Amino acid sequence: MSAIPSTIFRGDKRPVERAVKGFAFLCALVSVLTTAGIFIILMGEASTLFAKVSLWDFLTGTEWAPNANPPKFGVLPLVNGTLLITLGSALISLPLGLLTAIYLSEYAPPKARKIIKPALELLAGVPTVVYGYFALMALTPFMQDVLKLDIDAYNALSGAIVVGIMTLPLVSSLCEDAISSVPKALREGAYGLGATRVEVIVKVVLPAALSGISAGFILAISRAVGETMAVTLAAGQSPNLSFNFGESALTMTAFIVQMSKGDVARGTDAYQSIFAVGAALFIITLALNLLAQALVKKFRKVYA
Amino acid sequence: MISPFQPTPQGRRRALTSKAFGVLCFSAGLIAVASLVTLLVSLLIDGLPGVSWTFLTNSRSAFADRAGILESLAGSALLLVLTAAVVVPVGIAAAVYLEEFVTKRNRLTELIEVNIANLSGVPSIVYGMLGLAVFVLALNLGRTVLAGALTLGLLVLPMVILVSREALKAVPQSYRDGSLAVGASRWKVIWTMVLPNAFPGILTGIILSLSRAVGETAPLIVVGAATLVTGMPTLDSNYTALPITIFSWATHPKRDFQELSASGIVVIMAFLLIVNGLAIALRARQESRLRA
Repeated sequence: MSAIPSTIFRGDKRPVERAVKGFAFLCALVSVLTTAGIFIILMGEASTLFAKVSLWDFLTGTEWAPNANPPKFGVLPLVNGTLLITLGSALISLPLGLLTAIYLSEYAPPKARKIIKPALELLAGVPTVVYGYFALMALTPFMQDVLKLDIDAYNALSGAIVVGIMTLPLVSSLCEDAISSVPKALREGAYGLGATRVEVIVKVVLPAALSGISAGFILAISRAVGETMAVTLAAGQSPNLSFNFGESALTMTAFIVQMSKGDVARGTDAYQSIFAVGAALFIITLALNLLAQALVKKFRKVYA
Repeated sequence: MISPFQPTPQGRRRALTSKAFGVLCFSAGLIAVASLVTLLVSLLIDGLPGVSWTFLTNSRSAFADRAGILESLAGSALLLVLTAAVVVPVGIAAAVYLEEFVTKRNRLTELIEVNIANLSGVPSIVYGMLGLAVFVLALNLGRTVLAGALTLGLLVLPMVILVSREALKAVPQSYRDGSLAVGASRWKVIWTMVLPNAFPGILTGIILSLSRAVGETAPLIVVGAATLVTGMPTLDSNYTALPITIFSWATHPKRDFQELSASGIVVIMAFLLIVNGLAIALRARQESRLRA
């Protein structure tokens, strides 16, 4: 907010000034309308489905077959697919991202920074459909033929790996921000007492940056939950309740894509079911994002 | 002579642990670079042989050796232009409101700010569903480029607002005070001093945001970008886009088409690299100018 205080300007009452301010205000309001729109539409369509299928059956059902006769709307297989991808990708992106951030802020000579930072920026800018192609055409065949893993052509493992690589830049940049905003005096105090570098990092810097780091972790998890194209291409489209990385898994997002590819007619159960799944997706990611924001706020308070 | 600083076994172990941890962190950074290189090299091997002038200018075809991406390129270009037309004025105006017009934070501005932060974390496919319900069905735009562009516009709006605000913040306060002192009105200050000076920064941010829109696939599938189109896109015809074509070819059962998918990826990645490079060069120039 760099605005000039209001007391200075009497000209603010002129029609042109008022019109411009009004227009700018309306544009700022678009964001609120978008959120409201998402909320109303997802909940509205989902609730018409829940008038026919009970919410309890939706949340605890173990079979997902919206096109079958009679249709089955048990969301657990989709949640299971999303959980597989999210957990698997977190196992890759969280440790690698954190270690990369530590390297960049505590160890890296300028030359190494000059290579690693742009590489991370590029990784973050690659369209997700490209990661999907890579998983399907390069990673899965490599794991099958060279590593001799017993996995299907569509499998959750390659999906989890590419989503992990995809979210790594997010983790590393947020963690680096958190780590580099820890005051230098804390580090110097620890070095002065004779601590080695790893002791300073693990016992002083990381605990001090903890809330910022956890915010980064949560945002990466939220991104993985909402990731769509890479998992659709890599993990395939069969709903699966077995917690097996070698098999195909249908995530919540991939189901929405699968349904929308065919021309779904408005008002059908199938149409409403994508909104019910979308609503669940929205609520999960919103909760994660709010949690991350609260952590960042707490972090800022300590070091502001 | 024995050095007084002879390390104890415990000290040696601590030093070793420290070194080992450094190596571990370095390897993590290396993995990030290695995955980028692997990704790019494997895509180039698969896709580069298929990129040719005829690939860019041929229509879609049932035969892999004749298939091209003309309609996909046209669709993506049209989407890009329309998205920019929607999101640039709205995004900049919203940023101007929050940075230049709000003199005191109140509940409403707080609500707007929290909203923008949250919207940037909403999965892109959810925007697709919003677009399907509002633009395609309620406003009856159908599965057209316009509906797709409006959806992508909403998707990148939070990012555009965010980067525009950063650019406005970077304009020195003294510029505002100076114009004010010679009697300019608030809007005059914004229009003649703040916006021109923030322009390069805003432009960089907009280029980066729009390049995200170019690669977006999931929301376009939901708002009905088709995989089979009959001709060049117009405002009210069906349309396709490059990422959609890449997706549909990647899932094609024939190996020839899968390779075409890689060629499409090479094209889109080349475009994104050039555009992002441009934006980064622009940013560097701006930074050196502000420092001078």
